[in-house]
Amino acid sequence: MAQNEQDIIGEVTSSDYKYGFVSDIETETIAKGLSEEVVRIISAKKNEPEWLLDFRLKAYRKWVSMEAPDWAHLNIPPIDFQEIIYYAAPKKKAELTSLDEVDPELIETFNKLGINLEEQKILAGVAVDAVIDSVSVKTTFTDTLSKLGIIFMSFSEAVQHHPDLVKKYLGTVVPASDNYFAALNSAVFSDGSFCYIPKGVRSPVELSTYFRINAANTGQFERTLIVADEGAYVSYLEGCTAPQRDENQLHAAIVEIIAHRNGEVKYSTVQNWYPGNKDGLGGIFNFVTKRGMCEGDYSKISWTQVETGSAITWKYPSCVLKGDYSVGEFYSVAVTNNHQQADTGSKMVHLGKNTKSTIISKGISAGKSNNSYRGLVRINPKATNSRNFSQCDSLLLGDQCGAHTFPYIETSNASSIVEHEATTSKISDEQLFYCMQRGINTEKAIGLIVNGYAKEVLNQLPMEFAVEAQKLLSISLEGSVG
Amino acid sequence: MLQIKNLHVSVQGKEIINGLNLEVKAGEIHAIMGPNGTGKSTLASVIAGNTNYEVTQGEITYNGKNLLELPIEDRAREGIFLGFQYPVEIPGVSMTNFMRTALDEIRQYRGQEPLSAGAFLKYMKEKKELVELQDKLNNRSVNEGFSGGEKKKNEIFQMAMLEPQLAILDETDSGLDIDALRIVAQGVNKLKSADNATIVITHYQRLLDYIIPDFVHVMYEGRIVKTGDKSLALELEEKGYDWIKEELKA
Amino acid sequence: MTKKAITIGNELKTSLLQKFDEVQMEMLGKEPLFIRSSRQESAQLFELLGFPTVELETWRKTNLKSFLEKTYDLEFEAQSGNEQDNSILQCEINQFDTDLFTQYNGKWIGEASQLRIYPNGTIVGSLSAAIQQYPQLMEPYFGKLANNSLHGLVALNTALFDEGYFIYVPDGVDHTRSLQMVNIINSKQNIFTNTRNLVILGKNARLRLVHCDDSMDFQHSFINNVTEIQLAEGSNMEYYKLQNKDDSTAIMTTTFVNQHRDSAFNSNTIVLNGGMVRNDTQVVLAGKGADAQVVGLFLMDRKQFVDNHVFIDHAVANCTSNQLFKGIVDEEARAVFNGHTLVRKDAQQTIAYQSNNNIQLTDTSKIDSHPFLEIYADDVKCSHGATVGQLKTNALFYLMQRGICERNARMLLMVAFVGQIVDRISLPNLRTSINELVRKRLKGELSSCEQCSIQCADPDKPLHFEIDMSLV
Repeated sequence: MAQNEQDIIGEVTSSDYKYGFVSDIETETIAKGLSEEVVRIISAKKNEPEWLLDFRLKAYRKWVSMEAPDWAHLNIPPIDFQEIIYYAAPKKKAELTSLDEVDPELIETFNKLGINLEEQKILAGVAVDAVIDSVSVKTTFTDTLSKLGIIFMSFSEAVQHHPDLVKKYLGTVVPASDNYFAALNSAVFSDGSFCYIPKGVRSPVELSTYFRINAANTGQFERTLIVADEGAYVSYLEGCTAPQRDENQLHAAIVEIIAHRNGEVKYSTVQNWYPGNKDGLGGIFNFVTKRGMCEGDYSKISWTQVETGSAITWKYPSCVLKGDYSVGEFYSVAVTNNHQQADTGSKMVHLGKNTKSTIISKGISAGKSNNSYRGLVRINPKATNSRNFSQCDSLLLGDQCGAHTFPYIETSNASSIVEHEATTSKISDEQLFYCMQRGINTEKAIGLIVNGYAKEVLNQLPMEFAVEAQKLLSISLEGSVG
Repeated sequence: MLQIKNLHVSVQGKEIINGLNLEVKAGEIHAIMGPNGTGKSTLASVIAGNTNYEVTQGEITYNGKNLLELPIEDRAREGIFLGFQYPVEIPGVSMTNFMRTALDEIRQYRGQEPLSAGAFLKYMKEKKELVELQDKLNNRSVNEGFSGGEKKKNEIFQMAMLEPQLAILDETDSGLDIDALRIVAQGVNKLKSADNATIVITHYQRLLDYIIPDFVHVMYEGRIVKTGDKSLALELEEKGYDWIKEELKA
Repeated sequence: MTKKAITIGNELKTSLLQKFDEVQMEMLGKEPLFIRSSRQESAQLFELLGFPTVELETWRKTNLKSFLEKTYDLEFEAQSGNEQDNSILQCEINQFDTDLFTQYNGKWIGEASQLRIYPNGTIVGSLSAAIQQYPQLMEPYFGKLANNSLHGLVALNTALFDEGYFIYVPDGVDHTRSLQMVNIINSKQNIFTNTRNLVILGKNARLRLVHCDDSMDFQHSFINNVTEIQLAEGSNMEYYKLQNKDDSTAIMTTTFVNQHRDSAFNSNTIVLNGGMVRNDTQVVLAGKGADAQVVGLFLMDRKQFVDNHVFIDHAVANCTSNQLFKGIVDEEARAVFNGHTLVRKDAQQTIAYQSNNNIQLTDTSKIDSHPFLEIYADDVKCSHGATVGQLKTNALFYLMQRGICERNARMLLMVAFVGQIVDRISLPNLRTSINELVRKRLKGELSSCEQCSIQCADPDKPLHFEIDMSLV
């Protein structure tokens, strides 16, 4: 059987990244390289107020004084930050009011991605903000949402239309000085999504942002800010793809979430950046800081991520549980194949009383990849009666890959309970034999077993995302077992 | 022996028992029946002193003492025994060590000398025969790896060891096959005397075929709504609880 | 990436290096070349590495700052004192039948400094005596099992060690009588000791070793211990480490174990007291079928600190390992567990477990648990678990309902919690007495080794003896 499996590995690992096309969209870029001047140019291009330019410049100065983190279980080649273009935008003038005005090439791009904006908005009832090469090209559903007082628009528009809100929350959860990549993003972020759900409003549709890196040599630095006011609820989806290119491209994003009293935000990601080819050439370097602040009592923030893409993933969606009785959740499936490297997990910081957090992480490694879970659970002295449960499992497909678990548990409270457990396993020959005896071929069997293994997490995804994620898991992995 | 007047109990702000009255005298057997979630187990826990429950109103006196002022262990030492519905598994604590510690502390409370090791083991052996409990359980941790039947037998065994004055058996019959039920019931009957009393909490009348109650109480929505003799249990078995609910509405 | 310059402990570092130069002169020609050259190399390495600081990932939680800023007596000047009476110094674990070897301030006194050679060929005693008499036995292992670059303290130890114990059990010998090594620290000054041990087990040899660290003074002593253990094919070692230090002492132990085919290493570290305790255990499973069981127990209160680091390297296939650490942390104490299991690429059929369970009794105490798995082979069974919690309230209620007072109920549950570790001690007498010590410790009655006649638990009580270093 092993021989058979080896063949299949070969076959599948050479399967193509289906989002690897390049769209021929006219792009406006600035000269490559990073300096205070570039930061000023980006800010000027976006016609930003003085305070935002200050924010950027402070971040830039901080970044210059910092060093790239080296603690993750990743082999990161040196990144020449002067070789990156920090601003690239589709050339068609922004201010679009209907989809008809969007560049047809762009619409085609989204169709290829499986997100027909028009169709999606009607069928799925999902409001979509599409960010291409750092600039938001279209936000659908704005009208419906605005009737409810929901603000959902590109970050740049929000800066123009709702400067007070942006100013109030920007950088409050992830300060510019938080880490190297957060500082970089804070200095050069070009766009992203902004979302505000007012008091007591439950968003009737799922809000969604699709990120696409298209232009060559560009970095993407988007910034998402989501605020759920008291008693508000929103489910937010994020998807990402990039063309197949031989050089590495940098993606350094920030997502900040604030949930006030009784507010709830559910954030789901299907990350499918180009992972590089089977020899490890090319692919996105994905350095993302995502953090939620459960500011008010009884608030809740839930992260769900399906990570299949990127050459390198460095990402720890976290929750700061500040309000009493607040809840943080992290559900993750991370798949690495070929030469991919992922160091991902979560941080749960318990500050308030009776706070609760759950971490469910399922790592799947194949090919020559390395997949690490890294997580922190911290219970502060005042977080009485807090609870955490973490389960971090790894599945190894083949004997060339690595699966690692690095949990950090730090508790300072005598009435709290923290439990962490983890297992490492492979798909057993017995399981495969059992499936095959029932007439299922190896490839399908592996797909079935892996999907079963990840089910706890996939179940957290909204329906339309879950289907996509399942397909993606199979594509990323089919037959890659040894 | 035990008087409960106008008892109100809540858990996390939710009232479970509201205005319950009950009197138990020496030599009596009381059965408390009623649908799920009516507060039967809560009542047992409150009498034993479980701190998860908050008594918001009312009083419980036991042999003239205010029971609510006594800590859990003193209630036990005063002779209150709770047969748990779900006996807790305590890994690492051997049955022998557990019983020895409990018996020594109770004897000390009563001003008695502790038993010598030899006398203790002899006493334990004697009591074990009462419930046909196997010897090997001695060296096992408390309730750990016990089957459902063994756990319940173990509760009756402990009751025999500690010779309580008031035994409260919380669903001791649940999950028992007919043989285990017989053994448990026989144990209870053998321990019965003119000086002690028993409260049996149960769903089913079948236990009452073996342990004949002097009084049967029906509990509903946190109160005792009907009291009768053994025949009431039979009537409940036959007709269910709906007719009582009807009666209450009327 | 450039790290900030390490300045902590610089003064101490300088004086230690000075001391090294002196020793170097003194020992010229007295020690075999392999020792001299490893001292030389390690001194340079220490000069480079300095003391480990919280900047290092593996030392993030162990802050030696306050200890490194103290002044230490590095010379151990001979002091006049009372007549030695070995009998009063015996840290006798209750009727535990062992051959006792006692070191004072890390040195051997009088006749004890002679090596003891058993009829079965086993050699036990002073490391420096062994360097003179058995250099050929030591050379293949000494300084080679230890990874001098692991951190500065190891390099420092290799450079500057002055004494320790040497144990050699020849091929096929089951040394049935347990050996007990006791190192008692008692000095009027803060002393800094670098003790070094080497244990070699031949093929199919077997050894049971008990190592006790006690301290008697209330000085801020710094004990830097490195132990190297070589386990040849089929050998079996039980290693019990009992640490009962006063709150002002820092004890850093680093143990390197090299295991060959089908060897078994069973270590049990019991920390009853200690101001600043750090135990590093580094095991390499280098031969198929090797098994390492590294377990430990810690009971910390007041402002005590313990950091247990275990690194198990599954270098080859078919090995098994288990890490199990349990502890109860009270008052303002702090406990760190850092487990790291590495399964290398071809180490298939590995079975590795890791477990750390803690009971936290106060909001002022702190527990850090880092159970790490790093796995590069797919056909393995690896799992880990870590918990921090309290005594179960339903179990407490159950016990109290049976008439047991809260204090005793808690005690029963705590003893049961640590029982899993104590029960693993295979020597019945040792198990009984450790059990007793643990009970006393949990009741707060033990702040020092119970049987020790010195009764240093009471600092007001004057010490009856002083170690006469002139006898060294």
